[in-house]
Amino acid sequence: MDLTTRYLGLTLKNPLVAGAGPFGRDLDSIRRLEESGAAAIVLPSLFEEQVAGEQQAVERMMAASVDAYPEALTYFPAQVTYALGPERYLDLVRRATAAVDIPIVASLNGMTNNGWVEYARQLQEAGADAIELNIYFIPSDLSLSGRAVEERYLEILRAVRHATSLPIAVKIGPAFSAVGHMAAQLDEAGANGLVLFNRFYQPDIDLARLAMVSDLELSRPPEIRLPLLWIGVLAGRVKASLAASSGVETADEVLKYLLAGADVVMTTSALLRHGLGHMRTLLNGLEDWLSERDLDSLETIRGRMSHRNLADPVAFERANYLRILQGYGTSRERG
Amino acid sequence: MARPVAVMDGNTAVAHVAYRVNEVCAIYPITPASTMAELADEWASNGATNLWGHVPVVQEMQSEGGAAGAVHGALQAGALTTTFTASQGLLLMMPNMFKIAGELTPTVFHVAARTVATQALSIFGDHSDVMAVRMTGFAFLSSGSVQEAHDSALIAHAATLRSRVPFVHFFDGFRTSHEINTLTLLADDDLRALIDDDLVRAHRARALNPEHPFVRGTAHNPDTFFQARETVNPFVSAVPGIVQSVMEAIAARTGRSYRLFEYDGAPDADRVVIVMGSGAEVARETVRALRRGGERVGVLQVRLFRPFSAEHFLAALPEGCRAVAVLDRTKEPGAPGEPLYLDVVATLADAVARGRRRTMPAVVGGRYGLSSRDFTPAMVKAVFDELAKPAPAHGFTVGIIDDVSHTSLDVDPEYSIEADEVVRAVFYGLGADGTVGANKNTVKIIAEDAGLHAQGYFVYDSHKSGAQTVSHLRFGPAPIRSPYLIASANFVGCHQFHFLQRQDLLRLAAPGATFLLNSPYGPDEVWDRLPRPVQQQIIDKRLKFFVIDATAVAQDVGLGSRTNTVLQTCFFAISGVLPREDAIARIKQSIRRTYGGKGEQVVQRNFEAVDRTLSRLHAVAVPASATSTVERPPVVPADAPEFVRTVTARMFEGLGEQIPVSLMPPDGTYPSGTSAWEKRNIADEVPVWEPDLCIQCGQCSFVCPHSVIRARYYDQARLAGAPASFKSAPVNARGYPGVRFSLQFYVEDCTGCALCIEACPAASPVDPGVKAINLGAKAPLVAAERANIAFFAQLPINDRARVDFANTRGVQFLEPLFEFSGACAGCGETPYLKLLSQLFGDRLMVANATGCSSIYGANLPATPWTRNHEGRGPAWSNSLFEDNAEFGLGFRLAADTHLALATTLLTSLAGRLDEEVVSSILTAPQIRESEIRAQRLRVAGLKTTLRGLAEQDVRARDLLSVVDHLVRRSIWIVGGDGWAYDIGYGGLDHVLASGRNVNILVLDTEVYSNTGGQASKATPLGAIAKFAAAGKRVARKDLALQAIAYGNVYVAQVAMGANPQQTLEAFREAEAYEGTSIILAYCHCIAHGIEMRQGMHQQDLAVASGYWPLLRYNPAMRQVGDNPFRLDSPRPTIPLRTYAYNELRYRALAVTRPADADRLLHQAQADVEEKYRNYEGFARLEHGPAPAQAATAGRKV
Repeated sequence: MDLTTRYLGLTLKNPLVAGAGPFGRDLDSIRRLEESGAAAIVLPSLFEEQVAGEQQAVERMMAASVDAYPEALTYFPAQVTYALGPERYLDLVRRATAAVDIPIVASLNGMTNNGWVEYARQLQEAGADAIELNIYFIPSDLSLSGRAVEERYLEILRAVRHATSLPIAVKIGPAFSAVGHMAAQLDEAGANGLVLFNRFYQPDIDLARLAMVSDLELSRPPEIRLPLLWIGVLAGRVKASLAASSGVETADEVLKYLLAGADVVMTTSALLRHGLGHMRTLLNGLEDWLSERDLDSLETIRGRMSHRNLADPVAFERANYLRILQGYGTSRERG
Repeated sequence: MARPVAVMDGNTAVAHVAYRVNEVCAIYPITPASTMAELADEWASNGATNLWGHVPVVQEMQSEGGAAGAVHGALQAGALTTTFTASQGLLLMMPNMFKIAGELTPTVFHVAARTVATQALSIFGDHSDVMAVRMTGFAFLSSGSVQEAHDSALIAHAATLRSRVPFVHFFDGFRTSHEINTLTLLADDDLRALIDDDLVRAHRARALNPEHPFVRGTAHNPDTFFQARETVNPFVSAVPGIVQSVMEAIAARTGRSYRLFEYDGAPDADRVVIVMGSGAEVARETVRALRRGGERVGVLQVRLFRPFSAEHFLAALPEGCRAVAVLDRTKEPGAPGEPLYLDVVATLADAVARGRRRTMPAVVGGRYGLSSRDFTPAMVKAVFDELAKPAPAHGFTVGIIDDVSHTSLDVDPEYSIEADEVVRAVFYGLGADGTVGANKNTVKIIAEDAGLHAQGYFVYDSHKSGAQTVSHLRFGPAPIRSPYLIASANFVGCHQFHFLQRQDLLRLAAPGATFLLNSPYGPDEVWDRLPRPVQQQIIDKRLKFFVIDATAVAQDVGLGSRTNTVLQTCFFAISGVLPREDAIARIKQSIRRTYGGKGEQVVQRNFEAVDRTLSRLHAVAVPASATSTVERPPVVPADAPEFVRTVTARMFEGLGEQIPVSLMPPDGTYPSGTSAWEKRNIADEVPVWEPDLCIQCGQCSFVCPHSVIRARYYDQARLAGAPASFKSAPVNARGYPGVRFSLQFYVEDCTGCALCIEACPAASPVDPGVKAINLGAKAPLVAAERANIAFFAQLPINDRARVDFANTRGVQFLEPLFEFSGACAGCGETPYLKLLSQLFGDRLMVANATGCSSIYGANLPATPWTRNHEGRGPAWSNSLFEDNAEFGLGFRLAADTHLALATTLLTSLAGRLDEEVVSSILTAPQIRESEIRAQRLRVAGLKTTLRGLAEQDVRARDLLSVVDHLVRRSIWIVGGDGWAYDIGYGGLDHVLASGRNVNILVLDTEVYSNTGGQASKATPLGAIAKFAAAGKRVARKDLALQAIAYGNVYVAQVAMGANPQQTLEAFREAEAYEGTSIILAYCHCIAHGIEMRQGMHQQDLAVASGYWPLLRYNPAMRQVGDNPFRLDSPRPTIPLRTYAYNELRYRALAVTRPADADRLLHQAQADVEEKYRNYEGFARLEHGPAPAQAATAGRKV
C-alpha cells in the first residue's frame, strides 16, 4: 500500500508525524518512534527564552557564590560557565539525525530577531532536515493591532527564510481574524508548510493556593474540529503543505484530517497517553481502513472532503453553522 | 623567543608547569593548594596534553595520605608523578615522603605553605607545614613571588630528575598562591630544554618490572639499616650544584636569574636579614629603600633550604656583616631558635671554627608572618633597627604586640616605601557584589591589554554569607614586587555605603587620594549622611570625593545587585590609570571575554551599564568643616561581656591584629555565643509576620538556617508594656485560654534567604501570593524590631519539660543553642545543627570534623554555638578533618570512665548521703526531658551536699570533679561527607563497629563544600564537581547500607525539606538508642547550583524521585519483634531528571557533554530504581536481616 506523502518538500513514507513532545529529547524514544512507523519526528522546541533564562540564572547563582570566601572562591569547574547556550539542543539534533533515517524537524521558539535567525542557522548546521517555527505570542498589549501581530509573524518568517535554506514550517494558532488570509500571507512569505494549530498553553487558577496554574492538558479528539475546518478550507489553495495537529487519538482522527486535505498528521498527546507504540496502532488503523475499502494509496482519499473538492463547500461556511444550531439535539450526523 | 605575558595567581602559575611535565597527578583538596589540583583535573578532562603529547592521569584520592601512597606507587611503577598540598595534608604525606626520598625517587610536591593547626586551625600561610617535614630527605625549594613560583616549579622538576632527590617546592599560601600578578610564561620549548628525556627514560628503567624483577622496600635489621641509610649522601650533596646549574640554564633562556642564596644589598653591609619566601621580596624592597638613605644593609633570600649548602651560603653572605637576623615564618616552641636560624648559626659557627670565615656575626632569630600576618617594609625596618642595637634581641617577634613575653619589636606604623609611580587602590565590597571579580578583570585589562604591570591581592572575612572583601591593587610601569597589603592608598573604593558606619575605611587613604563611594544618596545629599569621622578624614586628607548610585544603575540595566561593571567603570574614569576612552573600550572587550559564554543578553546589559555609568558619576563638593551629626555607633553595646567588648569587638572592626598577646586565651579556649553580638545586617529584605494568617505550625523556624525565627507562648498579661509594633496572636491549640503566641524575627541577624517563606504553608485566602510570612524591606523595620526583640527576649522561656518534642510544632519553642552563624544564606546544613542544639543542647558535646560546619561553627570572631538562659549549652571542639569519629569516640570513652568513677564514688559515699537520693541518681531513667530535668535537680542537690563534705572526705572532692557526668550526656560526632565518606571513613567505620553510645551526624552535601565543591565518594553519578569536571562516573557510596550491615547500629537517612517530622523522629531515636547511631542528612548546598531559596523544595524532589529514600534502621525494634528497617518515603513519583535538572551540577554536564549526560542519567535512574527495590525488600522482611547484637557499651545511667 502506498502511504507516501510529501511534507515541506520531503517525501515521507506515511503521513504520521510525531509532534513536539518530551519523548523527542531522548534518543531511545526517537528510535522507537521510527520503529513504530513514524514518518518524521518534530523535536521539542528550542526556546530562546529558556536558553537566555538559564544563562542568567547560572550567572546569578555563580555571582552569589564566587569570590566570597577564601577557601571556596568558586564552586564549579570553570568550563561550566562557558558552555551555556543552545549546544545541548544542537547536540540532540545531531544525534537524532544520525540515529534514524526519517526526517528530523527541529522546532524553534525564539524571542528576539537575533535569536530566531542565529538559532535557525545553527539548527541547519547541526543537520536538521527542516525547521518548524513555533511562534508563541500572546498579544496582551491592548494597543497592538491584528495587523501588527500578523506582521510580526511574517517578519520572523522572512528573517529565518533569509538565514536558512532548510524547509520551514510555521506553526500558528487559530486566533487570527482571518486565518485563511494569514495562511496565504505566510505561504507568500516562503513557508513550506503550515502546522494547524498551536495549542497555546492556557492558564488556570488553583483555587486552593490562589495561584495561576500553567500545566498542560493533553488534547482530546473533540479538539480536531477547528484544525479540521481550516485544513479543509486551505487544502489545495496554498502552496505550503499542511500538517494537522491536535486531538489525534485513533486512526479515525488521522483519516478525517487526511480527508480534509492534510499532508501529514501530527500526534503528541496520544503518544503520551498510550506510549510510543501507539504510532503503530494509528498506522495499522489507517491501513485497515484503506484496505477495507480496497484503496491502495493515500492519494485516493487525501483532500476528498476539502473545501475545494466538496461539491457543496457550504459545510465549511456560515450556513453550516446555522444548520448545526437548528439541528442540535436531533442528530449529530446531519450536516 | 617572545614568551606570552599573562596575569595569574601563584597556584595557576605552578600548575601550568607541573601539569606539562608529569604523567600522573594524585590529588586531594586542601586550602590554599586546591586550585592547582582543580586545574589539573579540568585540563585533563578537556584533553590538554603534557610535554609528550599525552593527557596526564589525574586521580583524586580519599586523603592526602592516600594521595602520597598513590604518588609513591606511580613513581615506583615508573610514571612521572606529582601532587599538590599544604598544611595537615603535607603532614599526612610524611611517612611516604621518607620512603620516596629514601628510595631516591624523583618527584616534586608543590606546596602552598600553610599554618599547621595548633591552638586553632588557620587556612592561611606560613612555613610550619614544610618545616614539620624538613627531615624527610626531600629537597626544599622556596619561591617568593608568582613569577618565581612558575619558574621554580620547572627548576624543581628538572633538578629532581637530575639528582633523583625528590623536591618539595613551596611558596606562601595565599600571599603567593592567591596573589595575581603579571608574569612571563615559560614556553613548552623551555620545559623541553630543561627536562631531559633520557632522565625520564632512566626513571622508567628504575621502575618495578616483572621482566627484570627486583625487590624495593625491604626491612632491615640493626646490622645494615644505618649504613644503607647513608648511601644517599652523594645524591643529596649533588643537589645544590644541580639546582644552581638548572637555575643558570633558565636564566640563559629567559633572562631571569636565580641563585640558591640570593643576596641583595650593600656589598659592605653591616646588617643582613636572612629570609625565605615572599618575605624576601618585602625585605628586598625595604633594603633598596634603606640604602637610598645611606644604610649599609642587605637581604639574603634562601631559595634552596634543603639540602642547606654551606658553601653557597657563605659565598653569598657579605664577609663584613656584623649582625644577622634570621626570620622564620614558623614557631618551634622550646627550641633554641627556629629551623632556618639554627641552620644559619650552625653553618656560620662551623665556618668560623674551620677558618672559612673570619668573624662570627651576631646572629639572632625572629618570627614573622604566622598565618599570613601581613609582613611589611615597616617590619623589615624594625628588624634592621634592632640589629643596629649593641645587643639585638634573639627570639623576637615582629608584627604583633607581645605584652606577655615581650618578644615583639616596635614597628613604626607610618613607615612606607611605596613608589610614587605605583597606583595603589583599595576596594571594599561584599562577597556577592562582584567587587573581587571586577578587580581581577581590572588587573587583566591593565596588565594583559595595556602592557603595564599589575598586582591583585584579596582579603576575605570569615563568613560564607555577606562577607566583606578588601581588594588591594597595584599598577605601575615596572614589575610589582610588594607582597604586602596597601597601607597608603591613592584610591579607595567603598562599594557598600553601610561599611562606613562600622569601620574606619579611610584610614588607608593617602593624603590627596581619590575616594569613590557607592551611595544611594546623590552628590548634594551624601555629605550630610556620612558619619562625622568620615567627613573629618575627607577634609583632613583633602580627598577627592566621588559618588555614584551603582546599585541603581545596575538595577536599571537588569544586573540586579551586581554593581561590579559600574564601579569598575568609575575606577577607570577617575583614577587616570589609562586614558578614559581607551579604558572604556578595554572594559567592553573584557566584558565580552568574561560574559561571552553567558549569553548575548548578559553582555549587552553590562555594556549598557558601562554607558550609563559616566553620566551618573558625580564629584562631591567637600565643605570646609565636618558638620555631620551622625556618629559611628559602638561595635558592640556597652552591656556585652568583657571579652566581647575588649577582644571580639576589635575583630568585628577589622582590627584584630592590634589585639595584644595578653588578651588572647593561651590554650585556644573561647567563649560561646559571640555571634549574637555581631548584628551584621546583611539582608536588604527580611521576613515579616502576619499573625492573623499564621497557623503556628513551626515550619519556618524549623528550616531557618540562621536561627533568626523564635517562637514563644506566654500569658496574655505579659503583653503589658509591649511596643506598639510587637505582634502576637492567640495560641491556636485548644486548652490555652488567655495564652498568646509570638514569632519574633531577629532581622539584624537574618540573611534574607527566604527558606522560611518557601516553607510557610499558610496562604491568604483572598490575597494571591500573600503568606503568613512575606519578605519586606528591612530598613524601615529595624528600629521597631530592635525594640520588639528586646521585649521578646524578656518573655519567659518556655519550659522544656512542658513542650511536646514529638512534633515540629513543639520544637519551635525550644531555645536554639546554635544561632546567627556565618554560613551561606539558606544553608542546608545548619537547620540540622540548630535542631540538634534545640533537642539536646544543654547536655550536648560535639566533635566537629573540619569543614564547613567547623568554619561557620567556630571561625573567629563569631561563635554561634551558645548557651541557654541557665548557662548550659553545647560543648564543642574540632580536632582535625580525618580523625573526627575517633575524636568524638574519645569524648565517649572519657564520659564512660568518669561516669563509672562517679558511680563508684557515689556508691562508696552512700553511707554519708541520703540513700534514696543516691539510689534514684543511679537508677532513674533519663530519656524524657522531664526525667532529665529531675536528674539535674537531684545532681544539683548532691553537689550542695558534697561541697559540705569536701573538706573532710577526699571522695567528695573527687566526686565533685566528675559529678556532672551523672546527667546523661549526648555525644555527637558531626561532619560533612568529605570526612565521613572519604578521609575519615576508616575511623568512622571503626566507631560504627565499636558499639559505643555515640551519635554521628553526616551533613551530606555530596561534595567538599568548604574547599569549593570537589567530588567526594558521596557525589552522585552524573553530577559534575571539581575533580569530576567530566561528570562523576560511579554512583555514590551507600553509607547507610554499610552501617546497617553491622546490625547493631541505628541508621537513619533524612531530608528535612521532604519530611521534617521524620527528621525529628530520627534525631530523637538516634539519641535515645543505647549504642552507635548514624544519621545521613541531605543538605542542599550552594555547590549544587540551585536557587538557595528553593533548597528545601529541592530536598523534597530528591526524595520524591527516589534518589534519597528516607529510612530508619532501628535495631531496638527487634526487641518488640519488628523489622528494624523502615522505609519512610513512598515509591518514586517523579523521574530523576525532574529533580536533577533543577541543579547546575547535573545540567552543566548536559550542556558540556550531552551524550555522557544522557547515558549517566539513564544509569542513575536505573540505580535509583534498583536501590529502591532493594530497600523495599528490606522493609518487607518480617525480621531484621541479622540477629541483634547487644550494644556493648555506653549504657546510660
